[in-house]
Amino acid sequence: MEVDREDGRSQNQLRPLACSRNNLHRAHGSASWSQGDTKVLAAVYGPKAGTKKNENPEKACIEVIWKPKTGQIGKLEKEYEMILKRTLQSICILTVNPNTTTSVIIQVANDDGALLPSAINAACMALVDAGIPTRHLAVSICCCVARSGLVVLDPTKLEEQKMKAFAYLVFPNSVHSVLPEGSPSGQGEPIQNGIITSVTHGIMSVDDYFYCLERGRAASTKLSDFLRKNLQQQSTDSSKAG
Amino acid sequence: MGLPNASADLSTEVEVDAFRRLFPLRFFEKHLLESIRPDARPLGRARDTTIALGAVASANGSALAKIGSTTMLAAIKMEVMTPSMETPDEGCIAIDFHMPPICSPIVRPGRPAEAAPVVAKQLSDTILSSGMINLKELSLVSGKAAWMAYLDIYCLDADGALYDAALLAAVAAFSHLEIPVVSLNDDGKIVLSEEQGLSDNDPVNKEKRKVNLGSIPFSLTCILHKNYILADPTAEEESIMETSVTVVLDTSSQLISLYKPGGAVLAYTSAIQDCIALTRPRVKELQKILEEAVSGMEVD
Repeated sequence: MEVDREDGRSQNQLRPLACSRNNLHRAHGSASWSQGDTKVLAAVYGPKAGTKKNENPEKACIEVIWKPKTGQIGKLEKEYEMILKRTLQSICILTVNPNTTTSVIIQVANDDGALLPSAINAACMALVDAGIPTRHLAVSICCCVARSGLVVLDPTKLEEQKMKAFAYLVFPNSVHSVLPEGSPSGQGEPIQNGIITSVTHGIMSVDDYFYCLERGRAASTKLSDFLRKNLQQQSTDSSKAG
Repeated sequence: MGLPNASADLSTEVEVDAFRRLFPLRFFEKHLLESIRPDARPLGRARDTTIALGAVASANGSALAKIGSTTMLAAIKMEVMTPSMETPDEGCIAIDFHMPPICSPIVRPGRPAEAAPVVAKQLSDTILSSGMINLKELSLVSGKAAWMAYLDIYCLDADGALYDAALLAAVAAFSHLEIPVVSLNDDGKIVLSEEQGLSDNDPVNKEKRKVNLGSIPFSLTCILHKNYILADPTAEEESIMETSVTVVLDTSSQLISLYKPGGAVLAYTSAIQDCIALTRPRVKELQKILEEAVSGMEVD
């Protein structure tokens, strides 16, 4: 059973991805990520000295500021800031620069569905651009569950509103290992199967959710390859003199 | 973490309370090895939960919910308003979650807690998307008047699992909610009828009625630490082991929300399945507690 999508994509097809790094010159790291019409800019400043009041000074601290395209900052922005902060805290190596703060600023340029996943992807690219030490990167995808039970990837805003439920999933990126024993794993599964973050919206059955996870993992492999290609290309392009 | 030998020597000399403060992670791990937690709960058990309905007499619906020490007070006030043009026969629910300084030493006046807007938004999303309340039931006169329900939840004591307790209090307040009697007066406005016999106008609704609730959402927050899954964490546990997964299931076992906001521990499929398996009996337990509280009120 096929689902008709307005832009003619198949259910597993992602929108055209585009990203670029080093857009902003004052920021220590910056990236712009777009999936179809959704476009997000991320900038990273840091590490800066000192941590905020309630934070642990033995570790590096990450601060996220989310700026919407229009309107005032409300609960939605605060929630996205918290989710992004906790996701980035889990991928950064916080013990390398203790008692410092790294600020990640997200500016929404256009919202056409899958906003939080795009922001997470942009923030990871910006962290790499700034040279913040990370354990691995996070790739993020949005999976929607249609009323018929089919899972559709990377919805537009209209599709998100029409569907029964959707889930934003964040996985670690896939690992290409030169070691013969392969990639590190936890609990017998490869590391890219673990979920860093999951935020769901709407009612779905438990089986629908596990189905979303499977599709999300498959798509995250594609996204990881895109990220890897993009980062390798840009690092050979940029001149050493800076 | 840099001096394991020093702490091993100290652990024989230092008092339990001091060890708990100085090396909190080790203190917890010593307990987890024996499959128990410092408050003597097994890993999968939630704390004692109670619900008291009608805690706020002046509100149209209210409830006080306690999970262990975490206490939440929810109250609903109803107001008549004009419905929007896009949905002329639907009412509206506005949900707000407050963390006043009484609840925790880290919350100070003038400095709103970081958790407050996040929990407020999560609650709002869950209650509106779960379909527990059919907004069409809140309509009075199509296109002209509808009910606006203001649900306010106050945290009185923040000891972990804030979202679980807040959702329980909200759901209990809606179970207790009685929509007041109103009538249309001569100017075409809706007024509250204080006493039924005296008013000359026809009441729009005959008597105070309860809202019909669809399937009710209940939640359980679990903490993931290495290979352990701890259900219903206290504030101390949450601050040490930061990875939490909140599963919201409704009474018909549909997944309303699976919320894992980052965290150092990755959740594999087996861990997610275990969390959902821990949530199912908890949903039945909470449903029973809620039904007992509601039938207790009706007897009165």
